[in-house]
Amino acid sequence: MKKLANLTRGILKENPVLVLVLGTCPTLAVSTQATNAIGMGLAATAVLVCSNIAISLLRNVIPDKVRIPCYIVVIAGFVTVVQMVVEAYAYSLYQALGIYLPLIVVNCIILGRAEMFANKNGVGDSALDGIGMGVGFTLALLAMATIREIFGNGTWFGMAIPALSENTISIMTMAPGGFVVFGLLIALVNKLTKGKAIKKTEFGCEGCPSAAACGKLKCGEAGDN
Amino acid sequence: MDFRALVIILMSAVLVNNYVLRQFLGICPFLGVSKELKNATGMSVAVIFVMLLATAVTWPIQAYLLNPNGMGYLQTIVFILVIAALVQLVEITLKKYIPALYTALGVYLPLITTNCAVLGVTIANINKGYTFIEALVNALGSGLGFMLAMVIFSGVRSHTEASDPPPSFKGLPITLISAAILSLAFFGFNGVIENLFG
Repeated sequence: MKKLANLTRGILKENPVLVLVLGTCPTLAVSTQATNAIGMGLAATAVLVCSNIAISLLRNVIPDKVRIPCYIVVIAGFVTVVQMVVEAYAYSLYQALGIYLPLIVVNCIILGRAEMFANKNGVGDSALDGIGMGVGFTLALLAMATIREIFGNGTWFGMAIPALSENTISIMTMAPGGFVVFGLLIALVNKLTKGKAIKKTEFGCEGCPSAAACGKLKCGEAGDN
Repeated sequence: MDFRALVIILMSAVLVNNYVLRQFLGICPFLGVSKELKNATGMSVAVIFVMLLATAVTWPIQAYLLNPNGMGYLQTIVFILVIAALVQLVEITLKKYIPALYTALGVYLPLITTNCAVLGVTIANINKGYTFIEALVNALGSGLGFMLAMVIFSGVRSHTEASDPPPSFKGLPITLISAAILSLAFFGFNGVIENLFG
């Protein structure tokens, strides 16, 4: 039962994007097309699962004081591997994701899960947590991309949708559309959870891996938004 | 040295390809630290400083160490480590020698390690094939663009904080929608480069 909870936690209750509001940059940037969203989601999931497993295995070896740099090295290593795999086998995706692929390194979700989960739990649980969080990230990206691609481009996964493909709202695929759709989705989550998620969706430091280092001044301010 | 080309790089980094509003880099500090003008400026100055420094260090590493030895694939690992070490070093140096600056920027520095705008600008400089000077100018422009967005947005937020949106929109959603309007406003700068320098 606890195993199942580890897996499903990231998908709905603690969705990394829509509830914890982590990893906003790639969410906004690559959610213009459903295909890119899935690609980005899978790449991040692969890194997340691998780094969670590695960090969980190394959790008794890594000295506490230098743990963040150690996590960053582990994550950067897996990101490089994923980058090479995508470049070799899915070159069009590699070009579409561009700079956001290496930037998975600084995706708060991955460092956040390493710090908050993998360094305290066993390998199996950490892997499940990684899969759950990765799927949650992918689903949130897909939801955003679906809305933006259907209204902005009149297509879904590249398939033209009748009626909509002649009347596109092209602003949806551009930068402002990303902000609006993300804002509306979070508002929807707030509505569905009847405000219980509001406290969490305040832009806080609880998920930020540098929270311990950044001095409480800023965290305090961000917390009582 | 083509001064005109440098001005074009600077202007397009600040206005047209604004990192926050057009390219979605550095959204976390943009949303998290833009509540007060004082914090927004402090964070932005720290970002400009680290961006310049990181570019000044990573560009030579890529050009003289990684590329000649065929180790370009180590880019991501090396850059993030260099940035992390650099931020620590800057923090320690400031604390010891320039305490006044440390009190102003200190709290923002550790946050910058995981700021994707900094890693983003160093990688973009290499991808776009800039020379060392062009890379520095691009870093400066990206930092200034970040500052411009932060400062304008902190002004917008002081108004949205006082307003009364529907309960579901309180907090982050209304902030994101204001950001969308600001981002829309920046579309007005499209074509500015072509018309000024074209």
